[in-house]
Amino acid sequence: MTESALTAARPTTSPAAVAIRIRGLVKTYDGVRVVDGLDLDVMTGECFALLGPNGAGKTTAIEILEGFRVRDSGEASVLGSDPAHGSRAWRARIGVVAQSTGDSLDLSVREILDHFAVYHANPRPTGELIAAVGLESKAKTRINGLSGGQRRRLDVALGVQGQPDLLFLDEPTTGLDPQARRQFWTLVEQLKAAGTTIVLTTHYLDEAAHLADRVGVINGGRIVEIAPPEELGGRLRGTATVSWLTDGHREEITTTTPTAVLRDVLTRHSDGELSELSIYRPTLEDIYLSLIDNTATHTAATHAAATHGTTPTAEDPS
Amino acid sequence: MTTSAPIGPSRTATLTPPGWPPVALARVKLETKLFFRQRDQLVFSFLYPLAMLLIFGSVFGGEEASPGVSFSQYFVAGIAATGIMLTSFQSLGISIAVERDQGDLARLRTTPMPTVAYFIGKAGMVLVSTALQLALLLILARVAFDVPFPVDAAHWVTFAWIALLGSVSGSILGFLVSSLPRSGKSASSVIAPIALVLQFFSGVFFVYASLPGWMQQVAALFPLKWLTQGMRSVFLPADAAAAEVTGGWEHGRTALVLIAWTVIGLVLASRTFRWRRAQ
Repeated sequence: MTESALTAARPTTSPAAVAIRIRGLVKTYDGVRVVDGLDLDVMTGECFALLGPNGAGKTTAIEILEGFRVRDSGEASVLGSDPAHGSRAWRARIGVVAQSTGDSLDLSVREILDHFAVYHANPRPTGELIAAVGLESKAKTRINGLSGGQRRRLDVALGVQGQPDLLFLDEPTTGLDPQARRQFWTLVEQLKAAGTTIVLTTHYLDEAAHLADRVGVINGGRIVEIAPPEELGGRLRGTATVSWLTDGHREEITTTTPTAVLRDVLTRHSDGELSELSIYRPTLEDIYLSLIDNTATHTAATHAAATHGTTPTAEDPS
Repeated sequence: MTTSAPIGPSRTATLTPPGWPPVALARVKLETKLFFRQRDQLVFSFLYPLAMLLIFGSVFGGEEASPGVSFSQYFVAGIAATGIMLTSFQSLGISIAVERDQGDLARLRTTPMPTVAYFIGKAGMVLVSTALQLALLLILARVAFDVPFPVDAAHWVTFAWIALLGSVSGSILGFLVSSLPRSGKSASSVIAPIALVLQFFSGVFFVYASLPGWMQQVAALFPLKWLTQGMRSVFLPADAAAAEVTGGWEHGRTALVLIAWTVIGLVLASRTFRWRRAQ
């Protein structure tokens, strides 16, 4: 498969159109606002990643957009329709790879793909789909005989079978081994190149950074920041932390001008060797973790250039 | 996942998804294939009535249920009715609950499959497997216990409409009851006892006319009693009607009760049916 064949597969139409538009989306369960005033635009042809920890509201939000859940309030438009009242024709334009879908059917990979093809106006040929997700050797295997990763590939095959204009991928690589993840990424890149709009949820930062044109960091049911992966974190990205030990006590200065700070520190300690002197730039992970930690976000926004006591080191975001 | 196959969209215009008839037909074929692949369903819904006929027929076959009516004849009627209920109500109720719990229904909901095709697929599967089951039952009853086939065209017609109405109402009540279990695991233990109690109350294993009055009254509220009585009108001689509680086969009332359950079930099921498991 050459790049040109993929991109030539579809003529580009209305390039700047908005595929998804949501405003003030709210969903409450048992008094908890799981989605709490979400605003979002996803452009046609874009790959958008919703990145956030478990329980951030990613799946609830995406299931509202898929038409699976009904929002409590707010506006939502997906491919020009209200997802709460999506018609069959609307569903035909949407592909869904949900977080956990049915695998109880006593069917082989080929049988289920052949059957689901009946639902679509213009299904991808089964053989082509099986090859695209790398299940050739498992075509005759019953679903319950597949590994977790192989089932996930089948989920993806079923999700793209109807050649959707818009594809939802809800944590598509959770449970995949590293190699299968990489292969999956290649598949998503092909779909993107062919013009499919993709909305992806993930709690893997590297996945969002690798696949998405833009990343929306979601926490507590709200969008914390939306930016291309390389711009995520804004001012925080330009900071560095200068750190050293004095009498067994760690000193840290977080600054946007590490050279000046270092010069100053060296001047003040011109008499000897500074123990464990380092200049530390935040990794994407540090930025992400501080974004989803409200207090850190506050600190980053107001004191990015000032001294503070802790570096945003890796804590478990759960 | 190789990079060798194209998977992106290739059409130039959005096409309308296919209409429901071809999808419904494909669903009937798929459901039937799945039904015969599921061993537990085959045993407990499809083969169970045949086994019950063999057991009860062998033990009590020589005795008379009422003057001129052998127990075998009486059982064949009751077990034909039971088979219909198990394949429609019990087996459908359990399998839908399991499909919902496992996410198969949610997956279907992500496709443009027409909703009606799903229901027709299930009901069609019930009709196919019920027809097959009844055919085997008739043959077994005749070969093993000398129970004759329905004696004339009129009896065959009665047999057909009772079986059809029983299957349709049972299927719809199967859709309805599928929402009762909270998980797929509990589906059997929630749904099967309903079917089992109804079998004892409705004159399947015991002569209905000799049951306590309160049991008869409870049973008369549900379809199985009427289905069983209708089947007796097919397999028992005409004068056996005198041994019924009301002294007649009550075809009109049977049709009315089954249709009423169909309508009530349809209204309730359309309000309670869910594609996703409860949160």
